[in-house]
Amino acid sequence: MEYIHSNKNLQRGLGLLIGIIFGFLLHRGGVTNYNIILNQLLLEDFTVVRIMLSAVIVTMLGISFLLPRKIIKIQPKPGSIKNSIIGGLLFGVGFALLGYCPGTIAGAVGSGAMDGLFGGVLGIMIGSNFFASGYSQLADRKAILNDRFSEFSLFHRMKYHPLLYTCPIASVLIFILYLLH
Amino acid sequence: MNGYEPLWSPYVAGGVIGLLNLFALYISDNPLAASTSYLKISGLIRKMVQGDKVLENPYYKKKTPEIDWGVMLIIGIVFGSFFSAVLSGTFAFQFIPSLWESQFSSQWLPRFIIAVIGGMFIGVGSRWAGGCTSGHGISGVSQLSLTSMIAAASFFIGGIITAFLVYGL
Repeated sequence: MEYIHSNKNLQRGLGLLIGIIFGFLLHRGGVTNYNIILNQLLLEDFTVVRIMLSAVIVTMLGISFLLPRKIIKIQPKPGSIKNSIIGGLLFGVGFALLGYCPGTIAGAVGSGAMDGLFGGVLGIMIGSNFFASGYSQLADRKAILNDRFSEFSLFHRMKYHPLLYTCPIASVLIFILYLLH
Repeated sequence: MNGYEPLWSPYVAGGVIGLLNLFALYISDNPLAASTSYLKISGLIRKMVQGDKVLENPYYKKKTPEIDWGVMLIIGIVFGSFFSAVLSGTFAFQFIPSLWESQFSSQWLPRFIIAVIGGMFIGVGSRWAGGCTSGHGISGVSQLSLTSMIAAASFFIGGIITAFLVYGL
């Protein structure tokens, strides 16, 4: 496994393969379509939330099973509650205006959405670089920072087997899916 | 209502995405995530134009512009969706989404301008929050990260408010 993880060319190939499968699934699920995403945000159609919650349930239970056996590692992201709220709300504005997110827009482009390619992708790149240019000032003013929840996961705090915690969480999420039906 | 029916049940598509996420964690030590790759790709483009000067930016020092696993993932998504669209006979060049056209305008320019502006918000927002709907919304939430849960909730709060403002109540 060590060899597989450290071989950069192999990892690039795996990234491509996993991306192809991910793009296929995003398109099959319908979330590469502007109308489906906008109707989710207008609360008319819950396809996006159904896909996300199903993916979360499977990943979370899988992690609960594989983490104690040391088959996988988890990497909770660095950041803070404040970064998540400010960045998340800005992202949300863009999510509704563009009608795609960074993953689904790549799929939208593959299915022929030219507003995604020449509008959205261009905008995301401009915005990312705009942020990179202002990053030092934002960090100096503590507008962006890491707090004690940086790289924090509840998995690290569990005293007993993770499934004891995640099975009830999964039940709640399944119940939410049932209510949305 | 959507003028478009998804090909698969969302539970099947989502469930398999979950399995794929576990496979990615196992084989690549990386969860599914998308937004950082746009920074890296544009960094590579800037590097071609401006040279190594781009690398002096402190943010690019942290996130080296290179063709890595995540950039290949984005390229893969384009192809995977293309295959699915062609195999299902739904591939079509589209300049204006039908929902947008029915509400606003059948001219392409207004849609492209709003798409660029929306993209810019996504670019700044995803860098500020440190992730997107995939990285925070699916991977971070399933790793039970609190900051990811709050980011995911904020994506939808911001998105729902804006969508209602844009499309009217």
